[in-house]
Amino acid sequence: MTSKTFNVILRVWRQAGPGREGRFVEYPARGVNPDMSFLEMLDVVNDEIAARGEEPIAFSHDCREGICGTCSLVINGKPHGPNHGVASCQTYMRSFKDGDRIVVEPFRARPFPVIKDLVTDRSAFDAIQQAGGFITARTGSAPEANSVPVPKEVAELAMDAAQCIGCGACVAACKNASAMLFVAAKVSHLGLLPQGQPERDRRVLAMVATMDGLGFGGCTNQYECSAACPKLISHDFIARMNRDYAKALFHSAFRPAAAGGAGA
Amino acid sequence: MDLVRNLLGSTIGKKLLMAATGLVLIAFVTGHLVGNLQVFENPDRINGYAHFLQSLGPALWAVRVFLLACAAIHIWAGTVLALEDRKARGDEPYAVHKWIDAAVSSRYMRWTGFVVLAFILYHIAQFTVGAAQPATFKENIGHYTMTSDYRVMGLTVVRAGTEVLDVRSMVILGFRRRVVALFYMVAVGLLSLHLLHGADSLFQTLGVRSHRWERGLKAVVAVFCAAYFLGNLAIPCAALLGYLH
Repeated sequence: MTSKTFNVILRVWRQAGPGREGRFVEYPARGVNPDMSFLEMLDVVNDEIAARGEEPIAFSHDCREGICGTCSLVINGKPHGPNHGVASCQTYMRSFKDGDRIVVEPFRARPFPVIKDLVTDRSAFDAIQQAGGFITARTGSAPEANSVPVPKEVAELAMDAAQCIGCGACVAACKNASAMLFVAAKVSHLGLLPQGQPERDRRVLAMVATMDGLGFGGCTNQYECSAACPKLISHDFIARMNRDYAKALFHSAFRPAAAGGAGA
Repeated sequence: MDLVRNLLGSTIGKKLLMAATGLVLIAFVTGHLVGNLQVFENPDRINGYAHFLQSLGPALWAVRVFLLACAAIHIWAGTVLALEDRKARGDEPYAVHKWIDAAVSSRYMRWTGFVVLAFILYHIAQFTVGAAQPATFKENIGHYTMTSDYRVMGLTVVRAGTEVLDVRSMVILGFRRRVVALFYMVAVGLLSLHLLHGADSLFQTLGVRSHRWERGLKAVVAVFCAAYFLGNLAIPCAALLGYLH
C-alpha cells in the first residue's frame, strides 16, 4: 500500500441551480491519500469547504462500489476518469500525481440538464426504460425454473447487455450525446431472451422513438460510448439494435392484418 | 405509412438511409474508377467505353437520376442528423475534451463530405457538362476515330472506324492544369478518408458487424481505400507528369 500523500488542484464546475449561469472554481486538495477514491477525495474537500461556511460541491453518488450507476463525473475530459471499465467511485487517486490539475465537469447533454454543480437530471433514461424496457408477464407464483430453456451463450450475451447500470457515461462521451449504447443494451438484454420475444418489435420501436423524442443525438459509429462505459458494454449491441430496428420496421410495414373475430 | 415515417423521422432510420445510399455510391465510385483506368490503355478503350455509355440513352439517364437521388438522400440525412446531433450536445461545451477511441477518419466526416461534394460538382461541370474548362471539353476538341472494335462481354458495341468524342484527350488536357490536378488529388484523398470510416461504419448501421470480424472488415476497408486512392491518384498524376499523351 502506498501511503505517501500528495496535493492536487481541482477545477470544478459550480452551478447554483438548473438553468443558472455556471463557472469553474479551483479548490486545492491537500494531503490526498492515493488509496482514496475520487469521491472520497471530494468528500474531504467538501469538509474543508463546509468548515469555511461555503456551499459544498454537489455530486451524485450512492453505492460507491460501481454497480448503481449514480456517480457521474467527467474527469479531465473523460466520463468516469482516466481508467478503463470503472465508474467515478472506483477511480482512485493513485491514477493522479502530485501537482495535477484535475478538471471536473458534469455529464453534458441537452437531455441531461444540470440540477446543481456536478449533478445532472438523468430521468430521460427512466422515460426510455418505461417506453419498452420491460416484459409483460403474469404475476403470481414463480414459474418452474427450467420451463423455458435458455442456451448458455444466449444467457451470457444477455447478461453482458444487462450489466448496463444506466449511468449515462455513453451519452456524456458521445460527441452527439447519443443514448444508443444505453438503449441498445436494454433492447438487447430483453430481446435476446425468450421472455422478451413477444414485445421485441414494439420494444425497439418504442424505445428508439422515446430516445429520439427526448433529444438524444444519433450514432456516428465512433464507439466513444463503449470506450467510456464503466461496464464495458460492447457497441456490438448497437449493431444488433440497428438490425432489430430495421427488422421491426419491415415487420410492421408488411404484417398481415388479423380478420378480427373474438376480442378484436 | 409507418415505414416511411420511421425511416425519414428516426435517427436510426436516417442512418439506415445513409448506409444504404453510401453503399450504392461506393459501388458507383469503384466502378467509375475501374472504367476510367482504361485511360492507361489504347485510346480505343476509354473512348469506346465513353461512347458506349453515352449510347445507352434512357438507361444512362435512369442510372444518373438514381445516383443523384442517392447522393441527395445521403446529404440530406447527413445534414439533418448533424444538426440534431449538435443540438443534442447542448449549449455548454466541455472545458476539456479528449477523444478516447474514435478513428481519425470518423472525426472529420462532415468536412471531408463538404470537400467531396465540391469535388463532385466540379467533376461534373468539367467532364459531363463542360461548364468548367470548356476549351478542353470533349465537344470542343477534335473527334477520335476508333481503330478497333470496343467490346463489352464479347459483344461489339462500338465498331472500328466510328467517329467518337475524344474523352481521353479531354482528361489529359484537363489535368495539364496544375491547380485542377492538385485539387483532384486532394479531393480523392479526402474521399478515400471519408470512405475509410463510411465503408466500415455502414456495416454497423446495417447491423451486420460484430467483434468477430471487426478486424477483418477494417483491414478489407483499409486496403480498398488505399487501392481506391492510388487508382484515382494515378490519372491526374500521370497526366500532369506527362506519362499520358
